Amino acid sequence: MDSPRYARLGRRRIYGTLGVALALCCAAIAAASLLVILGYVVVKGVGALNWEFLTQLPHPVGVPGGGVGNGIWGTIIIIGIATLMAVPVGLLTGIYLALFGRGVIPESLRFLSDVLSGVPSIAIGLFAYAVLVAPLKHFSGFSASFAFMMLMLPLLVRTSEQAIRSVPQAVREGALALGMSNFRATVGIVLPTAMPAIVTALLLAIARVTGETAPLLFTAFGTQFWESNPNHPMAVLALQVFTYAISPYPSWQAQAWGGALLLILAVLILSLGARYMLGRAAKGLDA
Amino acid sequence: MTAGTLDGQLLAADDLSAYYGSRKAVGNVTIAFRRRAVTALIGPSGCGKTTLLRCLNRIHEVGFEARVEGRVLLDGADIYAGGVDPMSIRRRVGMVFQRPNPFPTLSILDNTTACVPRGLKGKDRLDAAERALRAAALWDEVRDKLKSSPLRLSGGQQQRMCIARAIAAEPEVLLMDEPTASLDPIATAVIEELMSTLTKDFTIVAVTHNMQQAARVSNVTAFMLADETGIGRLIECDDTAKLFTKPTDRRTEDYITGRFG
Repeated sequence: MDSPRYARLGRRRIYGTLGVALALCCAAIAAASLLVILGYVVVKGVGALNWEFLTQLPHPVGVPGGGVGNGIWGTIIIIGIATLMAVPVGLLTGIYLALFGRGVIPESLRFLSDVLSGVPSIAIGLFAYAVLVAPLKHFSGFSASFAFMMLMLPLLVRTSEQAIRSVPQAVREGALALGMSNFRATVGIVLPTAMPAIVTALLLAIARVTGETAPLLFTAFGTQFWESNPNHPMAVLALQVFTYAISPYPSWQAQAWGGALLLILAVLILSLGARYMLGRAAKGLDA
Repeated sequence: MTAGTLDGQLLAADDLSAYYGSRKAVGNVTIAFRRRAVTALIGPSGCGKTTLLRCLNRIHEVGFEARVEGRVLLDGADIYAGGVDPMSIRRRVGMVFQRPNPFPTLSILDNTTACVPRGLKGKDRLDAAERALRAAALWDEVRDKLKSSPLRLSGGQQQRMCIARAIAAEPEVLLMDEPTASLDPIATAVIEELMSTLTKDFTIVAVTHNMQQAARVSNVTAFMLADETGIGRLIECDDTAKLFTKPTDRRTEDYITGRFG
């Protein structure tokens, strides 16, 4: 062994160590910023959280207490309607793309869905305003659901297509070889196998729109009252956070932190649910 | 090549060619499969034996740009004739795949009865499952766990469940694509014995990599080989005993004596 070989070896070792160190640093920065945000929101918001905050209507400025109960209620209704509209359309489109994946129409559908997923949510809100709010001359919860549906659709289309495609071809052929129709093989055999992954995608899509605020500004609009009729303006939690946060009143600002904490908790729970479902999917497929 | 007469046979291929896109994988094969017997398709990798098998129940065309020329006669009628529904063909020509492919979300019972008529409920359905599972020599091992997942079974048991699933549809022909390729020797022996028993009711065509297996289980053996352009050709088809002892074609002799492949 001559010395240049040793020298090279030493240099490689240094580069290797440097690379690992750099990667660790970046990972630490990413993790730290996430933890700082989380910690900050918890510290600022946890004081606002109590039963009254979750169940009461907002109080006028100057009156202490009050809550965001109507915003939580409105969020649930608006996202519920959006989900009911997005799931059948998204799932069936995903099935269509997985089954007839080649050709001009499926390719353009895929492209359009990718474009739609990149459209800023405020533009989608504007569109909902143009087709559902302006012609009817009033804001409504339903127009917010419509905007949310458009935000969820591309996620659902592409992930359900992927989930269906990731089911082994052997399972699909096994069903076809038994004389099942293409549709029955897909819906009866392939789809249930892909279901955990599809539910995961749905939970992530819901988590995504839960925090969306921009499209709500000119669709749901917000209200100070309990509102269950999606044809009327509705309160939404994310919108209340926005309104409270930019207000000049310290009591409202405190409540904005509380609302932000609630939103983060909701997204956290949805993400944990998604992870759980994905774990089940992995278990089902490895045997 | 002993094509013989194709008339009066349950299953036969007539000048059959199969393509993947523009690539011809099987060329101009004419062969009749003996009724209620096991025909083994042997040959080196890439000789088109699996492709030929997949043409016999029209599962070949499920692949991208896969197509077929020529005829496949099932009871004298061409299954590739216009207006023939591939689904009705696949009910009459069942298939068992190289690797066990249980439907992961269905129970053993529901897997087995996946293709019995949907009108069959309760006791009748259970009876159909029992018949098929008994025929596949699996009943005693699963009778107490019909409602559990097939993924808990061993590979050999899963494969026998897949055979039961194919049998439950009451086909006339059973295609088997290297059914023991992923199994250990004991599970292989069980399946081989099963194949012999099944010829009581079914006409079986089986692809195998393994010449000893062909010699053990088949009545007739067909030897395939890719020509210099990569197109799979049928070289010779004869009684297994004769093909392995007195092959007529030089290439068959070379293959079975282990000179290539």
